[in-house]
Amino acid sequence: MSDSLSYFRQNRLPHIWCPGCGHGTVTGSLVRAIARLGLDKNKVIVVSGIGCSSRAPGYLDFDTLHTAHGRALAFATGIKLSRPDLKVIVMTGDGDCTAIGGNHFIHAARRNIDITTIVMNNNIYGMTSGQYSPMTPKGMLGTTAPYGTVERSFDLANLAIAAGATYVARGTAYHAPLLIDVMEKALLNKGFSVVEAITQCPTYMGRKNKLGTAVEMLNWFKERAVNVKAAAAMSPDKLEGKFTIGELYNKSEPEFTAEYSALVEQVRRKFDTFQGGVRECAQNSD
Amino acid sequence: MRTEFRLSGSGGQGLLLAGIVLAEAAIIEDKNAVQTQSYGPEARGGASKAEVVISDTDIDYPKATDPDFLLALTAEAYKSYGPCMGKGLIIVDSSVPLSDDIKARTVSVPILKTASDDLGKKVVANIVALGVLGGISGVVSLPTMELAVKNRVPKGTEDLNLSALRKGFELAKSAKI
Amino acid sequence: MPNAKLMQGNEACTLGALAAGLDFYAGYPITPSTEIAELCAEELPKIGGKFIQMEDEIGSIAAIIGASLTGRKTMTATSGPGFSLMQENIGYAGITEVPIVIINVQRVGPSTGQPTSLAQGDVMQARWGTHGDHPVVVLAPGNVKECFELTVKAFNIAEDLRVPVIVLTDEVIGHMREKVVLPEPGSLKISKRKAPTNPAGYKPYEADLDGGVPLMAAFGQGYRYHVTGLFHDETGFPSNKSDVTDRMLRRLMRKVEKAEPQMRDYFEESAHDCEILVVAFGSSAMSSLSAVRQARAQGIKAGLFRPKTIWPFPEETLRAYAAKAKRVIVPEMNLGQIALEVERVIRNGAPVERLGKVNGELFKPEEILSVIMGGKQ
Repeated sequence: MSDSLSYFRQNRLPHIWCPGCGHGTVTGSLVRAIARLGLDKNKVIVVSGIGCSSRAPGYLDFDTLHTAHGRALAFATGIKLSRPDLKVIVMTGDGDCTAIGGNHFIHAARRNIDITTIVMNNNIYGMTSGQYSPMTPKGMLGTTAPYGTVERSFDLANLAIAAGATYVARGTAYHAPLLIDVMEKALLNKGFSVVEAITQCPTYMGRKNKLGTAVEMLNWFKERAVNVKAAAAMSPDKLEGKFTIGELYNKSEPEFTAEYSALVEQVRRKFDTFQGGVRECAQNSD
Repeated sequence: MRTEFRLSGSGGQGLLLAGIVLAEAAIIEDKNAVQTQSYGPEARGGASKAEVVISDTDIDYPKATDPDFLLALTAEAYKSYGPCMGKGLIIVDSSVPLSDDIKARTVSVPILKTASDDLGKKVVANIVALGVLGGISGVVSLPTMELAVKNRVPKGTEDLNLSALRKGFELAKSAKI
Repeated sequence: MPNAKLMQGNEACTLGALAAGLDFYAGYPITPSTEIAELCAEELPKIGGKFIQMEDEIGSIAAIIGASLTGRKTMTATSGPGFSLMQENIGYAGITEVPIVIINVQRVGPSTGQPTSLAQGDVMQARWGTHGDHPVVVLAPGNVKECFELTVKAFNIAEDLRVPVIVLTDEVIGHMREKVVLPEPGSLKISKRKAPTNPAGYKPYEADLDGGVPLMAAFGQGYRYHVTGLFHDETGFPSNKSDVTDRMLRRLMRKVEKAEPQMRDYFEESAHDCEILVVAFGSSAMSSLSAVRQARAQGIKAGLFRPKTIWPFPEETLRAYAAKAKRVIVPEMNLGQIALEVERVIRNGAPVERLGKVNGELFKPEEILSVIMGGKQ
C-alpha cells in the first residue's frame, strides 16, 4: 500500500469545493482505493466532464483531462481504446453523467469498456447554483423547480446494470470505508464499472430543501442507507424510504478493448495489400 | 477528345459498376476518366444514373453536359433522360416502347433479354450493356474491357461476366444504328 | 501509367489519412461521408490501428481528441448535421491544442436537408461554428487527387501547429471517381508533433507568445499533466487572470496567422492577366474552370483563382490576381459565403458578382460562362 497523499497534487490544494461538500470525501476514498492497489501513477488517466465533481482530477497527480460537459466517457473511450494498458477513471456528477452525458453512459456500459466511473451524486447542479437534475428526487426543490420537481428521477444503478455495466455499487459520503472497498473492486473489474457515491451539497440541495447542515445531511444518509446484504433479509415495508448501498452487481463479461485487440490480431496484415475498392460488386455474384 | 456516357435505369441493375468498369478500362488505355452518379435514398428500385466522361486530355468538368451516349434500361429512364439528348445516340433496351417525342437518334438493343435468356442470369445485364456501350462507342477495345471486367467482378464469376461482355459487343455489331 | 487508379474522393481522403499516419478513427455514419468510416473500419485493424463507431458525432470527436492525447494521429469524418454536433469540441481541441483532423463532406442544409445532394454551405460553419475566437485551419480539395494530398497536408498542419484541421469536401468530390496516381509512400513529407524529452519541469503550454507551439507529451508517459477546456496558464491549470486569458488566446490565434504563408495553397489558371476573375473552390471550381477555358477559347480574358486553403483565406494572393480584373465572379453552392471573404479582400477593387446556387445540382459550365460573357446573372 502506497501513501495516498502522494497521489495528490498537493500544490493545487486547497480545492474549490464548499465547506461541508462531500466531493472531497469521495475523491479521498478513490485515492485511498488507488493507494491500496498501489497503482502506478504514470499509468492512470483521470477524465472528467463539467461540474463540481469534474474539478476533482485537477487535484490528482496523474495525467488528467477536464473535458466538455457530459463528454468525459467519450473522451475516455478514445484514451482506453488507444491505450488499453492504461487504467482509465472517469469522475462525473449526476447532471454530467445522466443528463447531458446519458447517451455516452449507456453506450460505455453497453460496450463494457474497462473504465471505472465514479458518479458523485449530490442530486443537484451545484456549479450553476442549484438547478434540479435527473437524479433530484420527485417533489424536491431546485432553482428551476421552485414548486418541486414533477419529474421522476433515474435509478442510476439499475440503469447501469440494464445497459451492460459489469460492476455496479453504491455508497455515500457518510460510508467512506465502504466507498473505498467498492471503489477498489470497481478498479479491479475488467469492464465498465460504476460507483454511485451519494454526496451532500449543503450549499444548494441542503439549503433549498431545508435539509440542514452537512452533518445533518450525512446523518440522513446514515439513517436511510441499508447495506444490500441486510436489505435482502428485510421486508418491503421495512425498506420503505430506505436505499441500498454496497455491491449491487458484479459479473464477468468480455471487455471491449480486449475484444478489439484480439480482432486486430486476427485481421492484421500489411497495408500494401489494399486495393481501392467499391462495394457494388456483390450484385454480380448472384 | 471528350466522350460522355450516361447510364440510366433502376437501382440494383448494377449500372454504377458498369460505369466504373468503363472508366477503369479507359484508364488502362492511359486515358483520363471521371465517373459520377446521382442517387436517391433507395438502394434498390428508384431511378439510378451514372455518368462517365473519358478524354485524352484533362477533364475539368466531371459531369456529362451533352452525352454522346445515353443507355436507358427502363422506360422511366428513357423518358427522363431521352428528351434532353442532343447530338448523341440513345441505346435503349428493346423492352422499352419508343416515343415519337424523343427525337435523338435511337437504337433498340435486347440487353435484358440477352442476359436472362441467352446467359440465364438477369444480374449480368449491366455487363451486357457495358459490352454494347464499348462496342458501339469504340472508346476502348474489347481486350481492355475484358481486363477491366476481370479486375472488378467477384472471383468465380469471371467467365459468366466475360461471356456477358462479349455478347454485348456482338449485340453492338448487329445493332442498326 | 501502372499506378493509376480510379478512385472516389472519399477513398482518396482515407488513403491520404493512412499515408499521413492515421491510426485511430472514431465516427458516426452519415451520408455522404460514410465510405470514409467504412474504409477505416476495414483498413485500420490491418495496420494495428483502431476504429470505433461512436454513439453520435459528439462522442466521435471526443474520442479522437482523447486518443490524440495518447500520441495517436486521429481523424473523424462527417457531413453537415454531424459537423454541427461536433462544434463544441472543435473549440475544445483548439484551446487544449490537441491535433485532430475532421473531414466534412458537405451536403445540402440546413437540418437534414438533402443527404445525397451537393452544397457548399459550411464555409462559415467550418470557420466560426464553435463559440469564441478560436484557431482552425480549413482546406478544400478541388478534385479527387487533392482529397489525398490535402488530407496529408491536414495531418501535417494539425501536427505542426497543434490545431484542429478541417478538410471541406462535398458530395460531388466525395463520391466522384477519378484517375489518380498516388505518390510513392516514401516521397511524402510527414510531420509529427514535437514532444518533450524530460518530464522534470515540463510545462505543457509553455511557448513563445508570438504564435509558438508548445511541446506535446503523450498521456501515459510519465508527464502527469493536466488538460482543460478552461483558460489555463503555461502549467495547464485553470487561471482566471485576465492577462493570462488575453495572452493565451492571442497566442492561439497567432499560431495560425503566422503559419499562413507556409500553409497557403491555391490553384490558378489564366489568372495572371485576366480581366474577368472567377473565384471558386471545391466542386464549383470544376465548372468554373471549364467555363473559363471556354471563355478564353472565345478570346475573353477570363481566369480562375481557386483557394485550397479556405481558412486562413489566401488574401494576399487573391488581391494580387484581382488587381487588374475589371470584374470578379464568385460561383458557389450557397447564397454567398466565400463571396463575403472575396468582397472583404478586394473591397477597393473590382465589383464582386455573387453567383449562388442552392438546388443541389452542380453548376453547369454554361451557367458560369453566360455570366462571364453577358454580365449579370
